[in-house]
Amino acid sequence: MKLSARAGQRIAKTLIWAAAVAVLAVLLFVILYVLIKGLPIVNWGFLTEIPRNMGRDGGIASTIVGTLLITLVAIVIATPFGLGTAFYLAEYTREGRITRIIRFSAESLAGIPSIVYGLFGFIFFVDILHLRWSILSGGLTLAVMILPTIIRTSEESIRAVPDIYREVCFSLSATKWQTIIKVVFPSALRGIANGVILSVGRCVAETAAVVLTAGAPLRMPSSLSSPTRTMAVHFYLLVREGISMDNAFGTAALIVILIFIINVGANALINRAMSKNRTR
Amino acid sequence: MKQGNTKISIRDYQFFYGEKQALFDINLDIRANEILSVLGPANSGITTLLRSLNRLCDLIPKVRMQGDILVDGESIYAPHVVVTELRRRLGMVFDVPSPLPMTIFDNIAFGPRLHGKKNRQRLADTVEQSLRMAALWEDVKDRLHMPAMSLSGGQQQRLCIARVLALQPEVILLDRPCSGLDPISTSKIEDSLQLLKKRFTIVIAPHNVQQATRISDSAAFMLMGRLIEVGVGDDLFANPRDKRTSDYITGRYG
Repeated sequence: MKLSARAGQRIAKTLIWAAAVAVLAVLLFVILYVLIKGLPIVNWGFLTEIPRNMGRDGGIASTIVGTLLITLVAIVIATPFGLGTAFYLAEYTREGRITRIIRFSAESLAGIPSIVYGLFGFIFFVDILHLRWSILSGGLTLAVMILPTIIRTSEESIRAVPDIYREVCFSLSATKWQTIIKVVFPSALRGIANGVILSVGRCVAETAAVVLTAGAPLRMPSSLSSPTRTMAVHFYLLVREGISMDNAFGTAALIVILIFIINVGANALINRAMSKNRTR
Repeated sequence: MKQGNTKISIRDYQFFYGEKQALFDINLDIRANEILSVLGPANSGITTLLRSLNRLCDLIPKVRMQGDILVDGESIYAPHVVVTELRRRLGMVFDVPSPLPMTIFDNIAFGPRLHGKKNRQRLADTVEQSLRMAALWEDVKDRLHMPAMSLSGGQQQRLCIARVLALQPEVILLDRPCSGLDPISTSKIEDSLQLLKKRFTIVIAPHNVQQATRISDSAAFMLMGRLIEVGVGDDLFANPRDKRTSDYITGRYG
């Protein structure tokens, strides 16, 4: 059967629209389902009290703090290393054996299931480095896990900065470092930030790697060397042990909201930082 | 420096991209305070020559050069030469308008700031002077803090000239600066160049022969990486000695 160009165009348009609408519907369904089931559970006490009775009663305050701290540790550690590697790959070296090895390693790391990072973190940070089950161990493990994402997204956005900017900078008597810091980095900032935000989401949502490295106590962490339970781990245990589906949904709703707030907040920050540079 | 003194002297200069030779035995003296047009068809090595003068070519991997280039009698390859300072002295305007992704003001102030000038009032003075010299001040004085990309192509190119002027250079290198511009913008830029040559030495790759005849104090013709001939005044256009030159300027190729 032969289609006229017009019919082909119609069918393609319909299919593409259908795909977009279907994806939107699924996403909305998941988010709404979690929020509708979870939000009625959330109240001031749920946010501010620590869990009691295994999580059957009380709130989830300690797990919120634990989640934020572990994510913070992971981002603060992974971002400088990831950015440094990305700038090295994109600006300071030519394609060769070393870049291939780094890129191959990063890509392989990106494909490893998170539980394997958990096992690595358990053996290396918890045991060998004696960091024990702690926010630090969990954060370091997550840092290793998100490193490939940060390297890759940053490198791509650095490479996407037009070469003419670099040439102009050099011709205006800038050094390489001045070129990078004054023009390349600001131009790549949005892409870099997107990678970091993506990584924040993964840290907040991570369960397997965290339960093996940060433990799962319910008390409020007192320092970076305290063990802690994150929201995702709490959710998992509440469901897995059949403790409280209601509180599990409450936790899930808060995870969704937390990731939403982080996304919106980070984007607002970036927009403010970029407003000077906006092209139009 | 008075007109007539040699500002730049290129001696037996050869340039290679890897194995491919792009410039062959270039010998050329460029006098101070004049406009030298270097013309020729695409791939003649003009861009390479211009970018050799401020050592921008150095940044490309696997290049190599022989011979020498002297600015004020001193080799630009001498070990004590600071490349960034050389690039300040020999400013460059590129063939595509290339504002940096920042405001008009920040584009002009970019160079001075690199050299540690932070005083707001003095920066503002430099920006105004540079924009005036590039005949752009009246167009943009009320929107200095708008993104430079919001300007038209011709304005962007004059911005690029102003940005070079803010560095207080000695030489201005322009690589086909009018190639994407309309005739009015082009003539504005040509007018500014006539004023600028009183203070600077200008080397330009014009985008066509007509432009070269309008603006040049002397002209050089290049073909396939070789310098074919150089003429003072209208010499090159009125009495070309080489057949290839006359073919080019009468429009037989290029």
